[in-house]
Amino acid sequence: MTILKLIWEFFKTGLFSIGGGLATLPFLYQMSDRYGWFTHSEVANMLAVSESTPGPIGVNMATYTGVTTAGILGGLIATLSLVTPSVIVILIIASALQHFRENRFVQAALSALRPVSVGLVAAAVLSVFAASLFDFQALAERNWAGITSWGAMLTFAVLLAVYLKWRKLHPIFLVLMGAAAGILLKL
Amino acid sequence: MRTLLDLYLSFFRIGLFTFGGGYAMLPMLQREVVDKHHWVTEQDVLDCYAIGQCTPGVIAVNTGTFVGYKQQGALGGIVATLGVITPSIIIITVIAMVLQGFAENPYVIHAFAGIRIAVAVLTLLAVIKLYKSGVKGAAANALLAATFLLRVLFSVSPVLLVLAAIVLGVVLELVKGRRKTQ
Repeated sequence: MTILKLIWEFFKTGLFSIGGGLATLPFLYQMSDRYGWFTHSEVANMLAVSESTPGPIGVNMATYTGVTTAGILGGLIATLSLVTPSVIVILIIASALQHFRENRFVQAALSALRPVSVGLVAAAVLSVFAASLFDFQALAERNWAGITSWGAMLTFAVLLAVYLKWRKLHPIFLVLMGAAAGILLKL
Repeated sequence: MRTLLDLYLSFFRIGLFTFGGGYAMLPMLQREVVDKHHWVTEQDVLDCYAIGQCTPGVIAVNTGTFVGYKQQGALGGIVATLGVITPSIIIITVIAMVLQGFAENPYVIHAFAGIRIAVAVLTLLAVIKLYKSGVKGAAANALLAATFLLRVLFSVSPVLLVLAAIVLGVVLELVKGRRKTQ
């Protein structure tokens, strides 16, 4: 029975959470209220685990919820239920785009969409930036010395220099260097 | 068959080394599907990010489905999606079952503070690359600047911004068409 509920709940979440992983949060709170599978503070723990593991946050949250409520099978099923609606929607859009690619209105819409898409990504990059280099808690408390750390700035400068010098370097190496610097400098 | 396996493995790598969600996968995506395999162009990546913003689901999954479809049809879309979610399923299952204190471990916390800095560097350069390939001319630059400011200063929803761009593009094309016929 729990499995059926997991399928239904995560299918719904996948269908209605628009704009990325964090959009799944309100749905998880709702599940917590309705079924008591986990508490609100467990949702916060799940988010922490999702953010400190690779992979899309929405997918991580689905797997974690499924495993903790119904074991390995539950995790697998919750995750597949989450991605099914978006796979269907994207397949429909992608095939429509392929057929109407040459249509001048589709062309016009896409040419207006591209700069907007870059603008959206740039805005997201700014927030990644702010979150990785600055401590907003310290800013709010007017603790000027605690806003950023020399270690974080140094790591940023070194990683940027390395990546600019060796543009062919696979992003994985930069991620691993970041992890090593984090542990060594206790960032 | 070979391409399907390549799709699965490429998206498996993307899923394994994407930390922090959809936007953080951009540098990995450019490297794997644009530079290395030439499955899609830089412009396709942009289109697919815009579409991913206003359709249901996780952006990383939407991108996987889109790229897979372009390369190998519906089956390709499904295979790429399974590739991008496999690492998460394995890692999270292990953590949920045996490593309860994972997120509180001090080494994990420090490592992730460092990884976030690496992700900042990678995404910064990825967005510059995206800009160079997709935004040309004064009108496009103005549109980009407007989107950025509306998003950062007023937190306007990305769904709204994407829909507005579609409407704007279609209306401009209608106006252009009418001028031509007159």
